[in-house]
Amino acid sequence: MQAYLKLDHIDKVFTRGSTTTEVLKDISLTIGKGEYVSIIGHSGCGKSTLLNIVAGLTGATNGGVLLEDREVNSPGPDRAVVFQNHSLLPWLTVYENVKLGVDKVFAKTKSKAERNAWVMHNLSLVQMAHARDKRPSEISGGMKQRVGIARALAMEPKVLLLDEPFGALDALTRAHLQDSVMALHQKLGNTILMITHDVDEAVLLSDRIVMMTNGPSARIGEVLEVPLARPRKRLELATHPGYLKCRQRVLEFLYERHSFVEAA
Amino acid sequence: MSMHAMKTEVSAVAIPPAAAAAPVVTMTPKRPPRAEAYARMAKETAARVVPPLIVVALLLVVWELICRRAGSSLPPPSKVFRDTKELILDPFFDHGGIDKGLFWHLSASLQRVAYGYSLAAIAGIALGTLVGQSVWAMRGLDPLFQVLRTIPPLAWLPLSLAAFRDGQPSAIFVIFITSVWPIIINTAVGIRNIPQDYRNVAAVVQLNPLEFFTKIMIPAAAPYMFTGLRIGIGLSWLAIVAAEMLIGGVGIGFFIWDAWNSSHISEIILALFYVGIIGFVLDRLIAGLGKVVTRGTAAN
Repeated sequence: MQAYLKLDHIDKVFTRGSTTTEVLKDISLTIGKGEYVSIIGHSGCGKSTLLNIVAGLTGATNGGVLLEDREVNSPGPDRAVVFQNHSLLPWLTVYENVKLGVDKVFAKTKSKAERNAWVMHNLSLVQMAHARDKRPSEISGGMKQRVGIARALAMEPKVLLLDEPFGALDALTRAHLQDSVMALHQKLGNTILMITHDVDEAVLLSDRIVMMTNGPSARIGEVLEVPLARPRKRLELATHPGYLKCRQRVLEFLYERHSFVEAA
Repeated sequence: MSMHAMKTEVSAVAIPPAAAAAPVVTMTPKRPPRAEAYARMAKETAARVVPPLIVVALLLVVWELICRRAGSSLPPPSKVFRDTKELILDPFFDHGGIDKGLFWHLSASLQRVAYGYSLAAIAGIALGTLVGQSVWAMRGLDPLFQVLRTIPPLAWLPLSLAAFRDGQPSAIFVIFITSVWPIIINTAVGIRNIPQDYRNVAAVVQLNPLEFFTKIMIPAAAPYMFTGLRIGIGLSWLAIVAAEMLIGGVGIGFFIWDAWNSSHISEIILALFYVGIIGFVLDRLIAGLGKVVTRGTAAN
């Protein structure tokens, strides 16, 4: 497999005063172009920190991130993030939120009319074109997250980073958005790295699932290939033996070998 | 009053669904008659206006009763009105010097406030942004601000008179120094409270510092800024009256001082009334402006 995004021996140590906490230990991962990779683990295992390192929002203590063989250590639109709590700017409309990124990324390469069309194109990809003039406070949680996805997609990122994108949504909306993301991945062929703590979500969406051990000093415990053909259908998979086997493997990892121990 | 207001609101809310549903069913939508709508509006307005009017009337009566005795040191409202009728009816006369109508005094005071306050708003937001954004600026400047802001406005006046050797710039400086602190401090709090999420978004999109300032910082911190601006306008109006008493010339502060020196107590009372009204209007103006500017930010 050709390496597109490469996480190279990443360690992360947080230092506060005299106490140091090693959060991540020797994380190495290679992701191919167009691949959908999920990182799953119990809360507090440092998976969000890992995503922030890839995004460039946090620096790694050791090791680094290579994108197309070039090291990246600051944030940029080539690694657009869909944040867990949508992070739309409340004083901008849906359209303006998406346009903020588009105007920066395509300032030189697209004309004003082209940028406008590109914003609307991305809003319609997530079925949000109708709400272009609404403010974030006027749309539902699922819609906000759709706009968040549109904002990220509109920057034409090399890698799309999803930080528990559906975590704050109710189960029905979540399923709906998962289907949307699957369809977008099918259509656009993005490379996607997703953080999740939902086993079904990981198996349904991913080509590979990276399972992390519990922190501190979380490592990659196991990487599972999900050999299910695309396009995947939620209902058919519910009884599919391959799906159930993958699900079983992840559950075993999370609840038997690395069950979450509550801090005493 | 609020009970009554709530009741009328409830009935106002309850009616539209019926009105909206009607056109679907019939060809002639049943709308409540115009007169009825006006009556309801009048009722709502009355509910808001009548209670304060009653209170004011009662206070005037009490004042009249207390002060109408012979030998009372303060005039009753009836005498205040009789004494100041000319000033009330003709606020625009100008007999040269400081013998001018109240309009000219008030506008001179407002002008000073406008200069001083505008400078304070610009400097306050700039310094507040610096202190909110940079830890070192905060460590260096915050203790200084905390000490300086407790100095009473008038204590600055002799120093500024010594520095500027003129009343006008001194008064403006006093306004500035009085109203700048709440603006700085509230802006700094607003900047410090910008959610990390917004900073992350800005980082991913790669906004440059100027774009970050105009597109993220200003809108995100605007509610705090307007809190500071609102406190600031109140303080500057407080300070101008006191400062003008000392520097003299045209201005509502000196008008009051002059009336005291000539024992025109009624004129003082009239001037106080105007000062109160204008202070109230200034406060509402800034509050209203804040509401318009921050309409997106507040509702998150």
